[in-house]
Order: sequence, then structure tokens, then C-alpha cells
Amino acid sequence: MRVPVEWLRTLVDLPAEVTTEQLADRLTMYDLKLEEIIGGGISGPLTVGRVLAISPEQQKNGKTINWCRVDVGAQNEASVPDAPGEDVPSRGIVCGAHNFAVGDLVVVSLPGTFLPELGFEIGSRKTYGHVSDGMICSTTELGLPDDETSAAGILVLEPGSAEPGDSATELLGLADQTLDLEVNPDRAYALSLRGVARDTALAFDLPFSDPADAVTLPVGEGGYPVRVEDPEGCPVFTTVVVTGIDPTRTAPDWMVRRITQAGMRSISLTVDISNYVMLELGQPNHCYDRAKVSGDIVVRRAAAGETVTTLDDVKRTLTPEDLVIVDDSGIIGLAGVMGGASTEIGPETTDVVVEAAFWDPVTIFRGERRHKLPSEAAKRYERGVDPALTLAGAARVAELLAELGGGTVEPGATHVGAVPASVPVSFAVDLPTRISGVDITPDFARDVFERNGCAVQVDGETFTVTPPTWRFDLNDPYDFVEEALRSAGYDTVPSVLPTPTGGRGLSRNQVLRRRVGHVLAGAGLTEVTTLPFVGPADLDRLGLPADDERRRQVLLANPLSAEEPGLTTTLLVGLLRAASLNVSRGHDVVEITEIGRVFLPSPDAAAAPIYGVDRRPTPEEIAALDAALPYQPQHVGAVLVGERERSGWDGPGRAVAWSDAVAIARRVAGTLHVEVQVRAAQVAPFHPGRCAELVLADGSVVGHAGELHPAVAAEHGLPGRVGVLEIDLDQLLAASPAIGPKPSFSAFPVAKEDLAFLVATEVEAEALRSTLAGASELIESVRLFDVYTGDQVPEGQRSLAFSLRLRAPDRTLTDADIKAARDAAVQAAATHHSATLR
Amino acid sequence: MSAPNSDYDPVEVTPLHPDEVARVTREALEAVAAASTLADLKQARLDHAGDRSPLALANREIGALPPQARKEAGQRIGQARGEVNRAVAARTEELEAVESAAQLAAETVDVTLPVDREVVGARHPITTIQELVGDIFVAMGWEVAEGPEVEAEWLNFDAMNLGPDHPARTMQDTFWVAAEDDAPEGSGKVLRTHTSPVQARSMLTRTPPIYVVCPGRVYRTDEADATHMPVFHQVEGLAIDEGLSMAHLKGTLDHFAQAVYGDGMTTRFRPSYFPFTEPSAEVDLLCYVCHNDPAQVGSCRTCGGEGWIEWGGCGVVNPRVLVACGVDPERYSGFAFGMGLDRTVTSRYDIADLRDLWDGDVRFTEPFGVGL
Ligand SMILES: [Zn+2]
Repeated sequence: MRVPVEWLRTLVDLPAEVTTEQLADRLTMYDLKLEEIIGGGISGPLTVGRVLAISPEQQKNGKTINWCRVDVGAQNEASVPDAPGEDVPSRGIVCGAHNFAVGDLVVVSLPGTFLPELGFEIGSRKTYGHVSDGMICSTTELGLPDDETSAAGILVLEPGSAEPGDSATELLGLADQTLDLEVNPDRAYALSLRGVARDTALAFDLPFSDPADAVTLPVGEGGYPVRVEDPEGCPVFTTVVVTGIDPTRTAPDWMVRRITQAGMRSISLTVDISNYVMLELGQPNHCYDRAKVSGDIVVRRAAAGETVTTLDDVKRTLTPEDLVIVDDSGIIGLAGVMGGASTEIGPETTDVVVEAAFWDPVTIFRGERRHKLPSEAAKRYERGVDPALTLAGAARVAELLAELGGGTVEPGATHVGAVPASVPVSFAVDLPTRISGVDITPDFARDVFERNGCAVQVDGETFTVTPPTWRFDLNDPYDFVEEALRSAGYDTVPSVLPTPTGGRGLSRNQVLRRRVGHVLAGAGLTEVTTLPFVGPADLDRLGLPADDERRRQVLLANPLSAEEPGLTTTLLVGLLRAASLNVSRGHDVVEITEIGRVFLPSPDAAAAPIYGVDRRPTPEEIAALDAALPYQPQHVGAVLVGERERSGWDGPGRAVAWSDAVAIARRVAGTLHVEVQVRAAQVAPFHPGRCAELVLADGSVVGHAGELHPAVAAEHGLPGRVGVLEIDLDQLLAASPAIGPKPSFSAFPVAKEDLAFLVATEVEAEALRSTLAGASELIESVRLFDVYTGDQVPEGQRSLAFSLRLRAPDRTLTDADIKAARDAAVQAAATHHSATLR
Repeated sequence: MSAPNSDYDPVEVTPLHPDEVARVTREALEAVAAASTLADLKQARLDHAGDRSPLALANREIGALPPQARKEAGQRIGQARGEVNRAVAARTEELEAVESAAQLAAETVDVTLPVDREVVGARHPITTIQELVGDIFVAMGWEVAEGPEVEAEWLNFDAMNLGPDHPARTMQDTFWVAAEDDAPEGSGKVLRTHTSPVQARSMLTRTPPIYVVCPGRVYRTDEADATHMPVFHQVEGLAIDEGLSMAHLKGTLDHFAQAVYGDGMTTRFRPSYFPFTEPSAEVDLLCYVCHNDPAQVGSCRTCGGEGWIEWGGCGVVNPRVLVACGVDPERYSGFAFGMGLDRTVTSRYDIADLRDLWDGDVRFTEPFGVGL
């Protein structure tokens, strides 16, 4: 809401010494937050000038400049021989714009003028071969609101609106300051000077007289006949008629200035007055050309498919939810949103029907959104306009039309409907103190409520407060607490640290996730966060087959990009994007990880229900909400590009391999004390022969690790062999035992045996290893230390060499023990894997 | 020494003569001292203290002496041999030290050679700041609550007193989940626009007193630019207990500010509006760079000369929210607050472009190491 300070000061008797800044600070602490102070920065001789002569001069750069002689009245030099035209007292000014002609009134910033939009003081300077004695200004340079003329170039004033030499600062109100206030949705009344003035008076503890009370209300029947068929949508409707308006008159400068400063455009006297009253009192209103209205004005809901052409010349199709204003000719307006073109005020209009109504806020809110027609009127109606104001609002418009337009206000008014009664609210007198924490006495609170326009009853320890008609935000006891606190001052709230009875610390999953984060960093991975928006092309780039589950996405109704219509099902999309970016920026080593959610639609997902808010949903209802949501587990993913160990002066580097990804995956599982087995798998986007799936004890697969398919790596511009992994961290956390390792070891001596087997290539090393490990109770550990294929090994086989550590919990092993354990291992290898000792 | 006493057997044995013993001892000591390597010393020891050395040979003569002369001669030779052996031992130690020092000196390396062959990892500052905030509140006896990012519309909006026709609902630019089978009534699901649904879930699943913070990702339909992202991070807090007021909110936020930014930090309230709180306030943080010090505030870039930095929104939980979430508003009151974490990170670490947090360029995360 833009509030011209000059206007505000006419409505509340603010001491002259209160600066605009102080006013703004106080209003900010009164819940009318200052966005900015507009205007007021111009100083120096900003002057009205008349263009006497123009000499267009073509420049070498192809541009044509205008060398002008300008009459600036008392500011003229006696002689400017160099300037075009007859050498009369004037100034010579160079101007690059072309949208003005000889005889036009313009605004000249003479040397010494400071324009905040430019940020410097204008001087006399030599340019294009002339001494330019100042500058002819554009709207933008003057800091005026942009309109169609500002695009064209300089500001040309209305002929006869001023004389050369007049102060343009004064003429255009450029010394005036305007507060741009952010009005929260609950403070609809502050979308008017009336409301802001009332709060200003409260904030500065000044008396306030309501400008609505100053309006002479029409007495008796009159106006224009009205029939309201939908009193729910239109509780109050008022008309007043003004006749004999002189259509040639325009709004006076002071009104144009206030409207302009408030951010609206001057259009015609009638429209300007209509807007002025809306800004002044907060009552939107509409003027119909009485000659174009036929028969009674009727308010009703639209029939499906009815159409109306609104003032913006758009033909709109209506629904039965739309509230319309009709006469015998059909629809003449979309209630509270926009008027119709058929009854629009024109250049010949002399008689006007002034309408001021109170519309149901929700109806307006929905209509405005349905038709995508935000307007100043709808903005006020949807938040709530004082329903008791229609008569004063219409009368004020009529009064101004008479005063400024030479019209006659016809006696009486049509006033249909009744102002909805305000609902009283009861609460304990100490509630403001208890909730705000500030000592607010009942007397103080009562005074605040009354000065805000409330009727207050005190019954023992209970307040019963009836809010005024213009307050739509005072419905609950706590609303009054805010009102009292606003006056007591938010800065008086003391600081008291509450003392909870004691929490249980982080949850186990929270602790474990942090641990995983540290382990990943310890493994040399750099954490990234990536955006979850993904589309089919991203999944194509991973080479996912058509029937891959990860192609079923949670889709958005309004994605930012059509290429990324849904949420990701795998962290690898984001990680590979990030890896590509790093590589394209010249990084050779990119080893990145992310812990984040993926979004997997539940197969039978329904729409999530919407419940009322007057009670807690039942456990079944809450379960229904959760059942409608997709599965959103946290995953951990990683991509490794380049060298795992960098080459250096002390040795060669080691390139990333599939095994690094598996090692990291195992480390993550290991830090959670989760036993995982690995086995070969074929899953996109992995290399078909270099992918390990990670299997929990119960047989479920928690993730994959290995090498990225070389084609996918190439698709993403990643060099060399790329390691990747992705694990369902939620599933892994669920498998983490509450009680982890139970260390148990023997102090008796160890015996070491190395065994090399010849075994078929298809036999997985891990399978053979675990067979050996289980072959005898005396086998403490088995570690593979060599894999060999070559001359000494038959085709289709390989040699796997293991070191076994043998130990008994209760004795030193004898040679017989060792031989028995060794034989058992060899036997088991032969039995289960047809492995032969080499 | 004089000639042998005539009381003894007059056999003159030259090697045992004191002068001769003194001479060979002196020669031995000179040879030991002259040895400059352990090898030289070994030779000197063989020559002067070995089996064939003059003193060893002299020692053998003692047996031939008359008994009364043996003692004196034995003492003389014994002392001489002892003296030589001690000299050898001392010189051995000296030379070993010298040779060891030389050996170590020869092993000198250039310690400035690079030693960075292992890839070093780092954690994202958004992760660590969420942990930091969690730790601060856990230390105060609060707990950290979590919830889904694709959330039920009812929990994100309705339960937060943002009904379907609430004007404030349009203030937030919401990502809506597409309806199953294009159902016209919609999916009832959104990407959560704030972490407030976690507050609702906390009230629905816990019994007061409730003290929880909810850090996490939230979504708004903003195109990515230097100061906006469609995804960002928030932390919200909720306290529900008997007798809580705005004062407890202020105390909590002051404590939070001090825990993050140090002693002397404070906050201030400005009136505001949120559907889920009443009264509502915006909370400003005292500028942690200039502390609103008149001498510094004018030139402070962090707060733009304001002395205060906009931190977040807060207020007393609207009883309508309590009712929807099953908390008795006659018995309990509560407060809630929320602030963005991304801006906290960018302003604290002078990051000009919000997109840097999301691009995944390793140069962004690496400097943070494993903690802020
Ligand atoms: Zn500062």
C-alpha cells in the first residue's frame, strides 16, 4: 500500500517534527512494515520549460540529437546566441529524445539539480559541440511511476498546466514522500488512508477522527433501483446517482498527484474520483453511465456459460460460482472484480450511478483467481472491506463528482441488505499477559481495544470484545493478544529461556546418518547437494530399461521445466550431473557423494484426503494420509572419477576402479555394523560385468556398487573408469543392530596356512572364501591375497590364493589340529566349488 | 719408578718394567684417540688391547714372577689394560654417535615435497549447519524431528490454519504433485513449502510437553537465480507446554543466536502475520559483524548498515493449529519459529550466488572440510 505522506498528514495531526523516517519506523513496529520511502530526494532548480526551437543534428555515430532553445522563465539567460531560433532570453539544452515538439512544456533539470535516480548533480557540460545548460527529463529520471509515455522518452506536460519557470518539483509533487507499506493479509483495513491514519494516530497516541464520519450521508430512498438475489454473496449494496456532470472536466492536480503517488494512474475525472475514494476510505466502488443502464440492477450468480466483456475488453465465460451484476441488457459487471464494457463511463457521460457494495470475500477471492483478474478492488474485497462503509463510500464519490465535476447529487440512496453483525469474543483479562509474556494490565488492554474501534465489556475476570466492522482479523482471543501487544510494543517482550524436562538426544537413525557422513568424508568423498527434479531424458541417459521401476516417477502438476516433470528415483542422476559439471570445469579427480531422498510412487497411491481442522484426525485418518504419500527413503550415492590415489613424486597414481565403489559401500555398511554379502548383479547404469549387489542377511538387496557402464560414462562426458554406488540408507539403518559388535578373541598362538586353489572362473571369490571360513571352527579368518590366470592355469579356471589364520579359543593348536583344519578347508573347497589345491 | 727392589727376585723382566708399561699404555691410548672410524678403532683395539698386544704379552710374564712380585706387576698391568679398554669403549661410543649422525644427515629429505596423494573428503555446509542447529537444541533438552518432503496438503496447509481460501495460501508458490489419473480434485499432495508439517506430525504423534526442531529441505516454485532456488533448507522449532509465552520464544531465540554467533548476541521482534501463529513476529538478529556498533554499522556490508539482519518468522502457536493437531489449547500454549539455513550459510561465508550450494562443484564444499 502506497501512502502519500502529505495525504496522511491531512487525516491525522502528526507533529511537524516527526520525520517521514520516524513515521515509517513507528508504523513498522505497528505491523505496517515499511518496504521503502519513495520520493523526496530531488533538490535544486528543477524547472518547467517551454521548448522554443529545435535543431536536429545528425552525429557521426548515426544518432540524431536535438539542440534546443528552452524558455525557463525567471531562470533564463539573457542571451544564448549559439542556440537555434531567435535569440531571446532562454537556455540552450541538448536532448537525445525525440518525443516532443516546439511549444511543448517539459521539465528541465538546470545545473545544480540533484536527481536521485541518476545519483548525481546536473551540471552545465559540453556535449555534441554545444554547451548544454542542463537536461530535459524523462519520467524515469524524475522517479515517477512508469506509464506509456516513459517508454517514449521525456515527460511532456499537459498544455497550460504550468508556466515556464515554475518549480517542477512543486508541480509534480516531487518533494512529497510516499510510504510503501507491506500490509499483511490480516490487516485489510490498512489498504486505505483511513486505516493507516487510524493506526498512525494509535501509534503516536494522537486523537483520530474518522474521515468516513465527515461524509454527509444521503437521507431517504433514492439512488438507483437494485435487487439482490444472492444476499450471501452480496450482503450490502448501495447506489447513489449523480447527474449533470461536466464530462470535459479533469481531476485537479492535488487529486492526480495523490492517486499517482499511491501507484494508480489518472484516467478521467470520474474514474479518478472512484479510485481516490477507494484509496481514501478503503471502499471500492464502481460508476456506471446511467444512460447505458436499462432497468433494475440485479445481483445474482451467473449461469454456466454466460459471458461478459470486462473493461479490459476481454470476453469471459462464467461459472455458477461467479457473482454478476446485470440489468435488462444482460451482465454489466463481474462483482467486486471488474466492471463491464457496456456501461463504461465515456467522454459524453453526464449522469452516473455510483455503486458501493460489500461482497463475500471468499467469492471474490475465488473469482479473481478463476479469471486471473487481480485488481485493486478485488485485492481489498478478498481481504475484507468494511461492510458498514458502502453508504459513506458511495456518498463520498457522489460528493466529489458534484464538487469537482459540477454535477448534482440526486437525493436519497438505494441501500439493500444489512451489515453483518460483528461477533463478540470473550477471554480472560489476563490472557494478553499470559500469552505475550509482557505485563499488560486489563485497563491498558481495554483502552487499546476501544481505540481500535472495539466495544469492550468487562465481566469480572472476563473481557467480551466486539470488533469494529472493518476488522476481519479479530476473531479469536489470541487475535486480541496481538492487538494489545502491538500497542505495548513487541520490543518489550522479555527474554526467558524455557526449561524442558529433558529430551532423549538425537534418535539412533540421526546418529547413524551423521556417522555415515563422516565415514564417507573419511573415505575421501566430497558431499554435494543436488536438485531432485528429473525427467525421462535423464533416465534415458542412465540407460534404464523401459520397464525399470525407477522410470515410475512422482510427477508434479506444475514443474518448473517440462524436461524435468517429476522427482528423482535415484541419486545417480544428480550425482552424474554434478560430476559432469566438475569435469567440464577441468577437475581431474571428482569423488562426490550425496545423502538425500528419492521418491518412489507407492503402487496404489490415492489422493491424500483433506480433513477438517476442528479436531484431531483419527489414527486411521492419519494413516490414510501417510498411505497416500510416496515412499521417500534416504539414499546414499557416490560417483568416483579420476584417480583414487594421485600420482606423485613417490609413486604412480591409482585410477578409480569398480572395487573402490564396492569398498566404500562395504565401509558404510560396516560402520553401521550391518553384515552385507556382495554378489554379481546386472543393473543399469552399471557395467554388466562389474556390478555388485549388496545383500542383507535376510536376502534383501540394499544397493549396488561397481563400475559405471562405459557408455553412460561417455554420455556424461566422464573420462576413464567411473566408480558408482547407491544404497537405500533407510533400509541399511533399519538393519543396523541396536547392540553392535561383541568382541571375543583368543590369546592362544595363531597358526598360519596359505592355500592356493584352482577353480572355475565362474566361482566367485567371496563364495569360496566364505566356504573356507566355515570349514572348521579353528579357522579364525580367511583373506584372499592373490588372483592369477595365465600360463600355469588351465583355460576356464583361475587360481585363488588365501591366507588362513587358525586359532583355538582354549588351547595351543597341535600339528594334528592344524592338519585337520587345513584338510577340512581343502575338502570343503572341493566339495562345494570343485576347487583343487594347486 | 725406580729399579726393582733388591728384596725381590732380581730377575729383570723388561715388559713389566713400569716405564715400559707406561710407554705401551701411552701408545695404546694415542692409537685409540687417533682412530677416526670404527674400523680404525677396531684395528687399534686389536693392536693395543688384543691377544697379541704388548700389554697382553706383558700380562703373560706375570706368571713367571716370584710370588711376592706378582701382586705389584699384576696391579700395574691390570690398571693399564683397564685404562686402555675404557678408552676404547669411550671412543667407540663417540665414533658410533658421529657415524649415526652422518647416517641420519645423509637421509635428509625435502619436507616440502607434496604429500597429498590421498583424496581428502568434505561435508556440505548445509549438512553441517543442520547438525549444528540440532546439537544446540538437543543441548537445551529439545529433540530433532523429521518428516517427508512430499507431504499431504492437509498437513502442509490446512493443519497450519491455511485453509483452501486463505489468502496467505497464495503467498506461497507451491509445487503440487500431479493427481493420480488426472483426478480433478488434485492429489492432495505437495512438495512441502515449509517444515511446518513436521510440527503438525510432532503434535499428532507426541504428547506435550513437546520441544522439537525440524531442519530440512523445502520447496517453492522459484526459478533458480543468484538469490532464489526452488529447493532450500529451513529449520523450524516448536515448543508446546503449559504456560509458554512470547517471552519464552524470545529467550529461546536469544539463546540460539548466542550459541551460533557468540556471547552478546540478541534478537528483536517486529510485528508480522503468519496464519499458524498469533501473535506473529519477524525476528531480526543483531548483526554479527558490526553488532550495530555506531562506529561500524554505517560501513557494514553484512547488514547493509541496518545493524540487524532479518532472521526468520515466529510467534505463539495459533490455537486453531493446536486444535487441528489434537492439543488442548485450554491447557497448553506454545511457540514456533522458522528460519532459512541457506542464507545463513551464504551470508556467513560470503557466498554471492545461492546456486553454488547446489551445483556440486567440489571447490565449493572442499574448503569446509568435515565441519564449519
Ligand atoms: Zn552489520
